[in-house]
Amino acid sequence: MVASGCGGTGRELAPYVDLEGLDLVTRSITLDPRAGGASPRVVEVPGGIVNAVGLPNPGLEHFLAIELPWLVRAGVRVHVSIAGATLGEYADLARRLSRAPGVAGLEVNVGAPDEVGAGLFEVREAYHAASVVAAVRREFPTDRPVLAKLRPDVSRVVESARSCHEAGASAVTVGNAVPAAMPDGRPGGLSGPAVAPVALRCVAAVTAALPEVPVVACGGVRDLATARMFLDAGAVSVQVGTALLHDPTTLSRLRVQLTPAQEGP
Amino acid sequence: MSEPRGPVHVDAEVVATKKVGAYRHLTLAAPGVPERFRAGSFVALSVQDRTVRRSLWVHRVRQVGAYGPTLDVVIEPRGEGTRRLAAMPVGARVPLTGPLGRPFALPKEPVSCLLVGDGYGVAPLFPLAERLRERGSTVSLVVSAPDEAHLLSALEARRSVRAVTVLTADGSVGRRGTVPGTIGELVERSGADVVYAAGATEVVRAVAVAAEQAGAWSQVALEVPTPCGTGLCHGCPLPVLGEDGVARVVRACTEGPVVRGDRVRWAEL
Repeated sequence: MVASGCGGTGRELAPYVDLEGLDLVTRSITLDPRAGGASPRVVEVPGGIVNAVGLPNPGLEHFLAIELPWLVRAGVRVHVSIAGATLGEYADLARRLSRAPGVAGLEVNVGAPDEVGAGLFEVREAYHAASVVAAVRREFPTDRPVLAKLRPDVSRVVESARSCHEAGASAVTVGNAVPAAMPDGRPGGLSGPAVAPVALRCVAAVTAALPEVPVVACGGVRDLATARMFLDAGAVSVQVGTALLHDPTTLSRLRVQLTPAQEGP
Repeated sequence: MSEPRGPVHVDAEVVATKKVGAYRHLTLAAPGVPERFRAGSFVALSVQDRTVRRSLWVHRVRQVGAYGPTLDVVIEPRGEGTRRLAAMPVGARVPLTGPLGRPFALPKEPVSCLLVGDGYGVAPLFPLAERLRERGSTVSLVVSAPDEAHLLSALEARRSVRAVTVLTADGSVGRRGTVPGTIGELVERSGADVVYAAGATEVVRAVAVAAEQAGAWSQVALEVPTPCGTGLCHGCPLPVLGEDGVARVVRACTEGPVVRGDRVRWAEL
């Protein structure tokens, strides 16, 4: 799967990977358009990048009118990442997307590295994340998956995964950019090879404690070895994010190397 | 679903290197890239063990040669990544993606064009000058740099341009001056219908403003840091005013790097 925020609009991946049947999580879509943060948005650090991109997206209307139909026609399995400032916004997004043709599923962004700065619903405790998932699940048909994307915080991740699953999440995406700061002090998120061990610890913790909860691993996957590491830890699928920025053909290679059974949620 | 002219991702091979002043010229054999190249598009190179990619202008493309089609890039070693790229010997291989971005738009009719480049930003203007010349346009070129070491040689461009003006801030070669200080006069004297510019933000901004004052169209190629170069990361915000008059933030690597000079919201860049 393509991790949220690392596939552009989806079109930009077309030269590097066959979009037919590709599981793609869109960048987070909000009700209203967002311009995103100031420049610089991405800085390089040893082992990865720190980003303060700020969830730029054209808003739900434009996404439904322009981007989604293109992706559906290209054969992409579209999982829409959604982000909101209130439970009501999450519910609105889920309701509107439930009626849009071609939405394979949702991924609820409840693990942003800086949700307060980004103006999103604050997820401090596991029940905050669960309340978002419950609000979304009520509006979205149960035959299509809702993923809850969790913060890679090993002291909280098991509790969050349990609460979200009980609230109706079909699976949890474990791993996101790790809260960090840009050199100028602005809040950002660290991603890339450096976060793989952090994500692995969180994935292992969840699969050990909650064997009934399907886990989609996300964080530092860049080749067959790192993908296998997460699958061996019990993940049902992996997402590829930052690696695509370094080599846009990463996913294409991984799809060939992994057996079909290990791909997709 | 891939577009026939879309970018490709290949292992490029360094087939020649040359040090020119402060820059390093690399000739790369990158199958598929020279064939798709259009003036103003760029390539993204990987640096081993580094996540962010380095975006480089294409200085020249040769469709035939001893190594098949090749492309030349100019590297100004500024940081660790560009230093390592510049140090690559002949025979080294480097993952390369390209051509990327929206190239220069070419006028349909032969017109009078002024091309203005600063430092390493002069590079994409050479292939542009050739294309314009082929289409019957008259081309004047302004090559500017802080000093002689940072001046890209305009010798090879002599074939395709009518007049070359060389500007250096320290006066070591050509006329003493900077683009922002002289561009008004240069645009006026050239009588250009279309002005193309590439280089640092303050330079291309000055050119865009001067062009607008003179009633000429302008196309500017911006050097905004592009972390991935491919449009995937949304890390290269470029504030513009759309055709519909609506302010937007677009990706410099995908909706740019070439945009109309009068469409950039310079104050917010």
